[in-house]
Amino acid sequence: MNSLLELLSRLPAERDELELPDKKPTYSAAEAKAEADRCLYCADAPCIKACPTEIDIPTFIKKIATGNVRGSAKTIFEQNLLGYSCARVCPVEVLCVGACVYNAWHREPIAIGRLQRYATEKATAHGETPLLARSSGASRAPDGADEASSQAGGARKKVALVGAGPASLACAGYLALEGHDAVIFEKRALPGGLNTTGIAPYKLHAQDALHEIAWVEALGVAIQTGVEVGKDVRGEDLLRDYDAVYLGVGLGEDTKLRIPGEDGPGIYGATAWIEAMKLARAQGTSPKNARVLVIGGGNTAIDVARECALLGAAEVTMVYRRDTASMSGYAHEMEGARKEGVRLVTHATPVAFERDASGALTGLRVSLKSDTQGAPGEQVLACDMVAVAIGQSKMHAIAAEFPGVTVDGRGCIVADPATGATGNPKVFSGGDCINGGKEVVNAVADGRNTARHLERTWAGPRDARKTWPT
Amino acid sequence: MADLSIDFAGIKSPNPFWLASAPPANSGEQVMRAFDAGWGGAVWKTLGDPIVNVSSRFGAIDYAGQKVMGFNNIELITDRPLEVNLREIREVKRRYPKHAVVVSLMTETRDDWRVLIRRCEDAGADGLELNFGCPHGMCERGMGSSVGQEPKLLQEITAWTKEFAKTPVLVKLTPNIGDILDPGIAAVRGGADGLALINTIKSIIGVDLDRLIPEPRVGVASTNGGYCGPAVKPIALHMVAALAREPKITVPISGIGGISNWRDAAEFIALGSTSVQVCTAVMHYGYRIVEDMIDGLSSYLDQHGMTSVRELVGRAIPGFREWGELDLGYQIVARIDADKCIGCQLCVAACRDGAHQCIFTGPDDQTRPPQAHFPGTAPAPRPQVIGALAGDRVPWVDEPECVGCNLCALVCPVPGCITMEQTSGESGDTWNRRVSEGRDKVPGGIHDG
Repeated sequence: MNSLLELLSRLPAERDELELPDKKPTYSAAEAKAEADRCLYCADAPCIKACPTEIDIPTFIKKIATGNVRGSAKTIFEQNLLGYSCARVCPVEVLCVGACVYNAWHREPIAIGRLQRYATEKATAHGETPLLARSSGASRAPDGADEASSQAGGARKKVALVGAGPASLACAGYLALEGHDAVIFEKRALPGGLNTTGIAPYKLHAQDALHEIAWVEALGVAIQTGVEVGKDVRGEDLLRDYDAVYLGVGLGEDTKLRIPGEDGPGIYGATAWIEAMKLARAQGTSPKNARVLVIGGGNTAIDVARECALLGAAEVTMVYRRDTASMSGYAHEMEGARKEGVRLVTHATPVAFERDASGALTGLRVSLKSDTQGAPGEQVLACDMVAVAIGQSKMHAIAAEFPGVTVDGRGCIVADPATGATGNPKVFSGGDCINGGKEVVNAVADGRNTARHLERTWAGPRDARKTWPT
Repeated sequence: MADLSIDFAGIKSPNPFWLASAPPANSGEQVMRAFDAGWGGAVWKTLGDPIVNVSSRFGAIDYAGQKVMGFNNIELITDRPLEVNLREIREVKRRYPKHAVVVSLMTETRDDWRVLIRRCEDAGADGLELNFGCPHGMCERGMGSSVGQEPKLLQEITAWTKEFAKTPVLVKLTPNIGDILDPGIAAVRGGADGLALINTIKSIIGVDLDRLIPEPRVGVASTNGGYCGPAVKPIALHMVAALAREPKITVPISGIGGISNWRDAAEFIALGSTSVQVCTAVMHYGYRIVEDMIDGLSSYLDQHGMTSVRELVGRAIPGFREWGELDLGYQIVARIDADKCIGCQLCVAACRDGAHQCIFTGPDDQTRPPQAHFPGTAPAPRPQVIGALAGDRVPWVDEPECVGCNLCALVCPVPGCITMEQTSGESGDTWNRRVSEGRDKVPGGIHDG
């Protein structure tokens, strides 16, 4: 098992992301109580319904107000095992906070994300006693050892999880809490998926993501890093050795523009660039003093633009092919980027990159479709660095490892979102690889739902009536 | 502008706002600053043989972000030499001849009362207030509330003081008693010129859950103290009103207990107080609060056509009836203003769990408990909600089922969103009348069926 210190030792002490401090730092106890006291404790609260994991938000907030911070964190973790990172990375403005009834009263909505961060940080701080206990896990007997198994409901099962991102972590954590053996296989050196490699540093730094992973591991989850399923381990081995397999593999490589001049220095895939910035000191990839173009209009594009601006780029321009209203990035995130000085050029389609004789990047030729920003036609945007944020490839290759698992037309693994069930009765899946790329909290909800589905399926008659607080 | 001046049993004061006998009226320097801030009078912190106090001595209850909703103390009477206090009283009266300086007193023997009263009056006191209320420390020594809880003793000591006093004598009553009328009437029988109430309520303000010691903590232990502050106002109002309604109480009343602003003061005055005494609010915010008290009360009197604060005294007393005289036919129901509703549904939870199950969130609300419905009443249709802030989260009231209890309006966070509307005329039917006419039995009782 990886201890937190061991995980942290794999992170370079000096990383570009450390230049970016938290935008919403954790509350002090007094601040948390003051904010918690404002919560109306709505009945049938709309914030709960707006949360993909349906955390009982008014209850966890009231518990902060009464000083029951451990109970508050427990309320969060019961529904969302990764409540610690979700508190920092969730787009609360469009989820729980956006649903707060105070909005209807034109009063400042409750800062639910920051309260959640407060509770979960307090409860998972180093030296705190474990918050969540295995329910009946201690008395579960391994499958085949029939003694005691009837006592504890179902027998102990073994589950292999592919990919150590939020979906797998949540699934594995909840399974471990029910007394099952959960083993995660991760091809990278560091577990955590996007939480470790892709979240904007002013929301979550890599070391904090690892802190959470160490906490999940302490629940009884095993993580094997540097093991690629399909290469180091075959799918058929997992199907043979485990009672179930969970595919939480996320998304793949950054999509390329496939226009002239793209191959060469100065041009990066957005998630690859973010990962480099988060996990290492830039080697020639620093945006400092550079003229940066970011291609795309989604949240990853906005993140990269904002990060480049914060890291000292001379200028940052987002290039988007349609109008502002069509952008898939959140308005509040775009507003944040604009405050950092990010410009936006819409209705511009990249045509070709321009390079000088030495091969250095000098500009991007775009075709302007509309006359809203000047005459239509072609224009060259000068730049020294470009991040391409137009999507990521799908991890459909992994499906081929497991007979019966299919992919849809978009390349996403086909799975029932309520249970994660795929075409193979032993294989389940969730997170970005089935939805094409949503929030961390959606991946957590998927992983949790599968864990609960499996527990219900495996539970003996005594546990059959067990209901979850959904 | 209304005249705020009062004459309390001969004690004249430019306004009814007095500092209560407590830390804010502990020294001449403080009282003079209070008078500069606008206070009309002060009841000097209780004089007697000086004592030694403990540390700490104050405790408080906060509620949902509001500091000091309730307060208690285990402080005793003055810890300063009598001569020092008397010298300062003389100085205050010399500089502020038109302000009221009443001196609170507490001692034991008849002779001590005689000496203490003479020296205070020599120093220029406008009146005396006998502290028969302190519920901690002094009562164990046979003073304070131990006197206030024994009407005969209270009457006797009051009579002693009246023998010696040339200035008006007020008796300050303890609320730690079964019926406030007993000590109140005893005080009047003893010759008191006025009553002051309430003193603090015997209390334990809280427990330090880490040390498992009550608060306020004195080393490794604590004791019960006197409760006061905004939380005690309803108790004080009741006791003031009980005395004000009693024909045997023929003297003016100085109201005390949780008065923090002009509204509180106006309520005490409307229920029979001539002056009001303030302590906790001053301890919380300082003397400056009196500015709004004067301004707010004056403005209120003007807006209600009263030229003097004296006109307000006891004006709400006729509105008080015993329960048996209340109109049983008067009916109100809750109405929810859909345009103001923010959809928190606190009214739904409160009505469902804490009241009479008549507020719902949809026409098919499955939570409707059938036992809440009297036979024959049909649910009202859900009102059409158009353009409301909270959309389909606006609850609706099944009016025939609404008993008009107020709970929903009380818990609603939005002012004016839930109103209680009258749906009946005056019926004149009361429980007393039903008893007198033999109609007081409601079917379904012990001997039915």
